[in-house]
Amino acid sequence: MSFHIPAHAFSDAAMIAAVVVFATAGDILIAAAMRRMGDLDEIRARRGLAGTITAVLGSGRFLSGVFFMAMSFFSLLFALSHADLSLVAPASASLTFVTNAIAAKVFLRENVDRKRWIAALFVCVGVALMAV
Amino acid sequence: MTFRRYLVLAVVALTAPLGDTMLSLGMKRVGPVSLSHLSTLLHAVGTPDILIGIALLIGFFASYLASLSWADLTYVLPATSIGNVIVALLARFWLNEWISPWRWIGILLITAGVGFVTQGPSYTQVENGPPVAGTEAGRP
Repeated sequence: MSFHIPAHAFSDAAMIAAVVVFATAGDILIAAAMRRMGDLDEIRARRGLAGTITAVLGSGRFLSGVFFMAMSFFSLLFALSHADLSLVAPASASLTFVTNAIAAKVFLRENVDRKRWIAALFVCVGVALMAV
Repeated sequence: MTFRRYLVLAVVALTAPLGDTMLSLGMKRVGPVSLSHLSTLLHAVGTPDILIGIALLIGFFASYLASLSWADLTYVLPATSIGNVIVALLARFWLNEWISPWRWIGILLITAGVGFVTQGPSYTQVENGPPVAGTEAGRP
């Protein structure tokens, strides 16, 4: 008995991986920027809405996070022009929940306890099933 | 977690899928955009569906940033995934769309995941500020 792996399976996987890696980098950098900045409600109370927007846009981590989000968006568009929407969109959306949990634990030192792992896995499978 | 913060999470959860839905509706109405007629995109941005979609997504991004300033990423992402469930249920009971058994299982799993994560704490206190002079660990 042998499994036949179609030729485009590897390129599909590589394109999905690119979307997931860029999306995770974007989310982690933006979360790191917000964590360092502190409670936005307090900043707005002190400096007003314009001051808050200036503070957010002045953060290098935030801007690099937005850059990676844009990269993720464009690699999603690229992937969609080669592979099926019904594969790429749910696969990348659901995998990002797990890669974000791993990256948040490693880079943001978030306390990802058993409940959070289970939540990330359930949502990952759930989002994939919603596309079926 | 205060009531106001749960409200911000609810805005994150609802504006993302509703904004995407409005963009999708609007672009279906506009029709396929070819590379040689990119001006169609400018016309699309002026249509009510797309404008509402963009407004919803701006609201999403602002409330997403606010939530990340007082809650963990591993709390915000699973907690706000309930929005997908709400939109699916709206489609089922408001638009009378059919939901397959697999999607119902997906809805159950997401709801269970949201239940798990919201039971725990929302924020990890990390001491990652710059060390105060003279107090570094290991210093003689």
